[in-house]
Parts: sequence; C-alpha cells; structure tokens
Amino acid sequence: MNRDIFILSNGRMKRKDNTLYFEDEKGEKRPIPVEQTNSIHFLGQVDFNTSLLHLLSQHQICFHVYNYYGYYDGTFCPRNPKVSGFTVVQQSAHVLDPEKRMYLAKSFVLAGIHHMLRNIRRNGSNDTAYSDTILSMLDRVESARTIPELMGAEGHCRQVYYDAFGQLLKNGMEWHSRSKQPPKDPVNALISFGNSLMYTTIISEIYKTVLDPTVSFLHEPSSRRFSLSLDIAEIFKPLIIDSLVFTLLNNRRIQEKHFESKDGAVLLNSEGRKRFLAAFDEKMKTTIKHRKLNRQVSYRYLIRLEAYKLIKHFIGDEVYKPFKAWW
Amino acid sequence: MENVRGVEVHYYAICKRKLWLFHKGIRFENDGHERVIEGKILHEHAYPKMDKDVELEAFVRIDRQDGDVLREIKLTSKMKKADRLQMLYYLYILKQKGIRKTGLLSYTKEKETVEVHLDDDGEQEVRKALANIQTILEGNIPPFQKLPYCSKCAYKDFCFSGEADQDES
Ligand code: SF4
Repeated sequence: MNRDIFILSNGRMKRKDNTLYFEDEKGEKRPIPVEQTNSIHFLGQVDFNTSLLHLLSQHQICFHVYNYYGYYDGTFCPRNPKVSGFTVVQQSAHVLDPEKRMYLAKSFVLAGIHHMLRNIRRNGSNDTAYSDTILSMLDRVESARTIPELMGAEGHCRQVYYDAFGQLLKNGMEWHSRSKQPPKDPVNALISFGNSLMYTTIISEIYKTVLDPTVSFLHEPSSRRFSLSLDIAEIFKPLIIDSLVFTLLNNRRIQEKHFESKDGAVLLNSEGRKRFLAAFDEKMKTTIKHRKLNRQVSYRYLIRLEAYKLIKHFIGDEVYKPFKAWW
Repeated sequence: MENVRGVEVHYYAICKRKLWLFHKGIRFENDGHERVIEGKILHEHAYPKMDKDVELEAFVRIDRQDGDVLREIKLTSKMKKADRLQMLYYLYILKQKGIRKTGLLSYTKEKETVEVHLDDDGEQEVRKALANIQTILEGNIPPFQKLPYCSKCAYKDFCFSGEADQDES
C-alpha cells in the first residue's frame, strides 16, 4: 500500500544509488522506501539536490512544501506521463457551458454540506436547531444560478455549521468563529493545518489521473495552480479533516499544550503536529466497503475514485455523483 | 486504416470500451497492474536470443522476429481469439509491405504454441475488425457491460468507480 511520508525535522534528503535517506540534524539516517511512497511532505527545513528530483521523477512521486508555520507553500510534481488531450478538452467544455459548470459546482457543495450535517449529527447533542437551519437553506444552494450565488449560499450554511462547533467540541476548547489567516485559536489551527494536508493529498491523487488540475468548476479555473483540488476538497474536508479534529480534541489526544503562539497566530507545536499527522495518516488508511467495487477501499483511494468519476462524467460515460458517506 | 496499434486490435476483441478508452489516452496500464509487470518481465527474459522488439512501423510492434516467423509471447492462452486477431493484423500489415510471414503465438504457462496463417478468411476478418474499430473510435464511449475479463482488467476501478444508489439523507 502506498503511503505519504512526512518529514517534520530539519535535515537533508540524500540519494545513495537508488535508495533515498533522510538524515536529521543529529546525523541519524532513515531510509525512505520510494517504491511504496505516494508523496513526501516537507514540514521541516530540508536540503536536497537535483539528483533527488530525478529519483522522485522516476518514481512519479510529488512532494509538498510547508513553511515554518505549517502553511502550504508549493508542490513539485514530476512531468506527468499520462495525458489525454481528449479528456482535457471535454473537461474544459464543462467549464465553458454555464449549466454544466453549475452542475459540478453544486455537486461539490452539496456533498460538502452533506458531510457537515453528518458531523453535526454524529458529534452533536439532541439539539437539531443547527441541522434544521442548514436544511432549510439547502433550497438556496440548489436554486443558485451563478457561481457567486452558490458560493454565497454555501457560505451561509458553513456559517451555521461553524456556529454548531461550540456544541460539538466537548472539552472546553475555546471557539468563536473560523479564522484562517492567521488562525486565532487551537481549533482553527487544527482546521487550517488539516485543510492544507487535504489539499495536497488531493493534488497527489489527481496527479495520478489524466485530469487537468487547473480546470475547476466551483473555484475559478487557475485562480490557483491546483484549483480542481480545491473543488474536490469541498467534499472531503468536512468528511475527513473536521471529523478528525473533533475526535482528537474530544478524546483529548490533542490538548492546549500542543499549541504555541507565534506572531499573533496559534499553531500546532511539533508534538501536536506529530499527533495530528499520525492520526491523519491513520484516517487516510481507514477502509470502507465500496458498494460498486465490492471490496474495501481506503479514504485516500476514495479521492482517486472521485477523480475517475469526474473523467467518466467529462467523456460522457456516466453522470457524476459526488461521494456522500452513507453510514 | 492508419494508427491502429496491435494492442488496440487485441482490446477490440476483448472489450470495445477498453479499446475506446485506451485510444483516447485514458490509460491505467502504468499503475503497477500486476499482469502488466509480469508481462514486461517476461518480455525481457524470454527468448533472449531473438531480435528484440522489431519495429515495423511506428504504430506496429512485434515482440520477436525469427526468420519467417513472427512470434508473440503471451502469458496464458485465456484470450486466444484476441491474440489470434492481433497476430492476423500484424501479418496483414506485413503483407501490405510485400512481406509474408507465419505467426506463432507462444503461451508460456501452457507451454503451447499456436500457428497463425493469414489466408483469405483471415484477411477478411482483419478488414472487418479494422472497419469496426474505426466506427467505435468515431463514436461515443461504449457503455459499460460486465465481462468475465473485467476482474483482471486495468480499467476495472475506473469502470466500477460509480456511486451505488444513494439512500439520501
Ligand atoms: S473493466 Fe470490463 S468493461 Fe471496463 S474496460 Fe475492462 S473489460 Fe471493459
């Protein structure tokens, strides 16, 4: 099973013959099994040279770089050998036609809201006020005619969803509202860090397909390099990241002491990051039984399947239905 | 018809959908699909003494050339029909260039060899296949139909990736 490698400490990546090592500041070497590596995340300061890039290219491994604060900086993806001009043209046709574009944009938003409601249901009290409010706002999402309208309707639902957090967080964690740049409290720090991981994970999965990562529907195409990843993240952020945040905080695996304040931002400290990454990795490997493939598939693979479904949609094979957890 | 690769003729005989997807550049073969790897290893180690990968045209490749014999190595004899059609296609291309050869399909697992000759019927068969391939590639993607071959197909996860009917909430 392919996995992600997270490099948290400072050090150097070294290639010796065809083996990859990470050597930390104390000179301790740890081999990295390139054959089974999906992508590498650099969270510490890491030195490397181009011979490393060649090796990563050979094995089709992407790496993602995060800055000192754990914010996403950028991605290196080797030249992609998989291209299908046909698919890219069809994918673009779905952006150019407003109706087709809205269908996909709404699908992403609705699946995201489905997972928000699921989080409220699974973590909440018996108070159904929040869910009821969101449900009553779904009409506006469904009937939106333009992308800004849709974004606005989604924003309102999300607002209520975040309002519900106060009830969903059990261990007296401070919560006011979502603050991104910078995150002002521990919960926001966790969500921001998790969302970055979700985003890079989706980039890596899209990269394995013939989809064009810059051609997106809900987000403006190419407003960011990998805007399609932002689209797909709408579905998976509440499903994977938010529920992870609730679990980790509610069972106290992550506590106040795992954060620190820096330049007005609240951030995970290194122990906190370690805990979060371990839990994230665990979650991505968790499997569910896929009803059509009739076998266990991991959360990570669900993202790839989402990409496959989009390809099928673009080439006129099967109408796209976003993934919605049913259990 | 130009531009049809031997492997596409093979896919045509197995699954028209696979042919279509492959031709549009939607490929899954490089994803470490076991049979593909197995095939590659076999390719490199079997029959080391013969010319390797004789290139007929940019779009037609033949595994081995051995005198007047064109040999294609296959793992198992499970897809004999498709293997035969692919071989007939190679022989057909060669014949157009004035080269006459006999085809040999070697099945390693069964240690069996099958001879393929391009007679009038065979030629007819190839022409019909090429015409059909042309029609398929010009049309929409052939709809999914479950085949016994699906379970071993590199496109399986793609074809089966849809959502089951949702019990909506
Ligand atoms: S999985 Fe089945 S239907 Fe799909 S391409 Fe392969 S053989 Fe054809």
